[in-house]
Amino acid sequence: MLSLIGKRLMFAIPSLIGVVIVTFLLTRALPGDPAAYFAGPAATKEAVDQIRKKLGFDKPLIEQFFRYTDDLAHGDLGTSLTTGQPVADEIRNRLPASAELTLLGLLVSIVIALPLGVLAATRPGSWIDHLCRVTTTAGVSLPVFFTGLLLVYIFYFQLGWSPAPLGRLDVFYSAPPTVTGFYLIDTLVARDFEAFRSALNQLILPSATLAIFSLAPIARITRASMLSVLASDFVRTARASGLSPTTVIITYAFRNAMLPVITTLSMVFSFLLGANVLVEKVFAWPGIGSYAVEALISSDFAPVQGFVLTMAVMYVLLNLLIDILYGVIDPRMRLEG
Amino acid sequence: MKRRDFLKSASGLAAGAMVPAPAIWSPAKADARSETLLIVSEGGPNNLDIHGVGTNVPGYEVSWNCYDRLISHEMKSGPGGVPYYDRDKFKPELAEDMNVGDMSATFKLRKNAKFHDGTPVTAKDVKWSLDRSVSVGGFPTFQMSAGSLTKPEQFVIVDDYTVRVDFLKKDRLTIPDLAVIVPCIVNSELVKKNASEKDPWGLEYTKQQTAGSGAYKVTKWTAGTEVIMERNDDWVCGPMPKIKRVIWRMVPQAGNRRALLERGDADISYELPNKDFQELKAAGKVNIVSLPFSNGIQYIGMNVTKPPFDNLKVRQAVAYAIPYQKIMDVVMYGLANPMFGAPADKATEVAWPQPTKYFTDIDKAKALMAEAGYPNGLETTLSFDLGFAQVNEPLCVLVQESLAQIGIKTTIDKVPGANWRTELNKKEMPLFTNVFSGWLDYPEYFFYWCYHGNNSVFNTMSYKSPEMDRLIDGARNAAAIGDKATYDADVKGFVDLAFSDVPRIPLYQPFVNVAMQKNISGYEYWFHRRLDYRSLVKA
Repeated sequence: MLSLIGKRLMFAIPSLIGVVIVTFLLTRALPGDPAAYFAGPAATKEAVDQIRKKLGFDKPLIEQFFRYTDDLAHGDLGTSLTTGQPVADEIRNRLPASAELTLLGLLVSIVIALPLGVLAATRPGSWIDHLCRVTTTAGVSLPVFFTGLLLVYIFYFQLGWSPAPLGRLDVFYSAPPTVTGFYLIDTLVARDFEAFRSALNQLILPSATLAIFSLAPIARITRASMLSVLASDFVRTARASGLSPTTVIITYAFRNAMLPVITTLSMVFSFLLGANVLVEKVFAWPGIGSYAVEALISSDFAPVQGFVLTMAVMYVLLNLLIDILYGVIDPRMRLEG
Repeated sequence: MKRRDFLKSASGLAAGAMVPAPAIWSPAKADARSETLLIVSEGGPNNLDIHGVGTNVPGYEVSWNCYDRLISHEMKSGPGGVPYYDRDKFKPELAEDMNVGDMSATFKLRKNAKFHDGTPVTAKDVKWSLDRSVSVGGFPTFQMSAGSLTKPEQFVIVDDYTVRVDFLKKDRLTIPDLAVIVPCIVNSELVKKNASEKDPWGLEYTKQQTAGSGAYKVTKWTAGTEVIMERNDDWVCGPMPKIKRVIWRMVPQAGNRRALLERGDADISYELPNKDFQELKAAGKVNIVSLPFSNGIQYIGMNVTKPPFDNLKVRQAVAYAIPYQKIMDVVMYGLANPMFGAPADKATEVAWPQPTKYFTDIDKAKALMAEAGYPNGLETTLSFDLGFAQVNEPLCVLVQESLAQIGIKTTIDKVPGANWRTELNKKEMPLFTNVFSGWLDYPEYFFYWCYHGNNSVFNTMSYKSPEMDRLIDGARNAAAIGDKATYDADVKGFVDLAFSDVPRIPLYQPFVNVAMQKNISGYEYWFHRRLDYRSLVKA
């Protein structure tokens, strides 16, 4: 197992180096001049040049690149110009916000989609199959920001059930001391139950928005994969041997149908993490996606590079985790690995 | 619906998905609410110090409220009875007395003023801060130079509580320039302690925390998320502000900012689309203050150095082809002052902005195009800043449609916000829309930046005319020595010339719009168009 992990990580190194180079070049190729942008509304040419010098953008590209990699080796991702903070700190603070939201959204989605997919597969053509089809189609065809705005409109603006969409906590609560960065966990650690409830309340609508969006791929893959497994020989044998339908479906069929579902889950997760920019925007969520987009808009190189790099590392780790999970679920995979 | 009502309905509904909110606000929390101001806006500060590198406009608001200046402006009654800063009247802030002489001004400091950490404010802090503002480079230094304040030698310590500012030359803008946001007084000892060799002015330190003597201090700042400011109870430079705490949250979604206001959760919001402001105004649930930008104009600019816009007739044709009223109605929803269509017999005023005599007349525009030698029209590009797409995009589409009628085919070029300033600096865009607004509300200030032949960034048209330069310089000199007759004649002269040569076509004077709950009062309009928390009251 350890050698597998080691080998995997070795393979990841060239791709990470590639990511560093490509993001560096891409951000430099962006239109826009950060110096002019940050020189302010009334800057003269000299002022812009002064700022360019201060930011080091007057140096040749290759020198900038070496300085960047040198900083990177020291764990310094640079400083964002739009927010004025070190990028590493910002990502450290913002990643848990995005991760908490995404994980909860994914969890809700799994809890709904897996049973729905299994039920639809065991009763093809029944009402539950149609329900599955309709909900997933609807979920995937509604744009995320639209679902988000709609939910805010109904549950906050019209009904007033949900708290104001103002980020992770009600404005009058203070954030719990950071342990994991996940407010749901940190508030419990701090035994601040009111803040826990506030954090959970703030999470409901955005995570529901994400869940609605990610229902479709999970439910559809579960259904398809279950259908093919249910039609296979060993299930027929199990049925013929007189095993109870529950045992057949849960123990034999479902476990075998899990592999493609896990793959989809990993894809959905990484996709959500990057794509919940819109949800973050709608709910004023201090996450990593909105951070990256704002940085892009203002040609702020350091956060964009930091974001892409973080995402690349996360992909590598996620893929590793999935590979290990494969082995746990299906011993045959372990042998091949 | 209140939270308590929710509990009642929730028990009936068994809304399992919703976790019941706390049933009752603890009394302490309710108090906190009534003394706290919750502001929502799209963007937040990137730096708490206006002297910093690239501090953005929201950062100005923090500086304004957390630092004091030597002097500030009095208020007068503005449009609609809203208090409006009085350009000509100054009041002491950190200084208790100001004595303006022929070539210098002397300021006596308040003896009881203290910085947030308790150290008294003395003359050496004032000198250090003013030296800092003229030395750090970038925007602050530029702004200081607009008032002929460029050298540290100009700021002289007379004694511990007296500072003298020497004038380099006579300039009417020197004293007003000491009342803008930039010359704020910083706690020099504290910042010096946190400065380094690479950063002698301690900009890295003041970027993250406020080191001033102002009425508020920042207690927490999470970039891009929120700023929390607490009142400085030891503030002596004015009446004690009523608001104890200000929570300023960034809410990127305009629709949500509106929802927060309408539900009564947020106290103040700005940066909403004009349409929302118009609807909120009509609904009457919240107070909307709409006031014209002082010394600000949105315009269509034309590059006069290159064909076809080097031809006066073409420029005039464009000026007659702009759908002015449509822009006012459809783009601005009436929230702007028209800067067009003045009666033909109206005399030019000694004021800025003032409307031109142009109006939409397609036939006349077509005739002018033919006279100019373009009977079959021409093709060009119309550029705008995507950062303000909400206004710029519909505006440019309307202009495009209208210009097509006189044979000018335009391609719209959307320039990303980050790139806009670079493009302006290049001075190559043939046709574009932009907005300019000066902090100092004087016609010659506006013209100096926008029309003078020294070709600043804001002379976006590259317009050069010796006559124009003569008039602008004349007005500046006349203002400095108080020669009213020459001043009036020169101002009228350059306004007339700007309108007849028409390198840029004024469209309207935009409004700054702020929406607030009915129980909020005391809003004051400032030249910087940001909020002054000190005067606000929450009933």
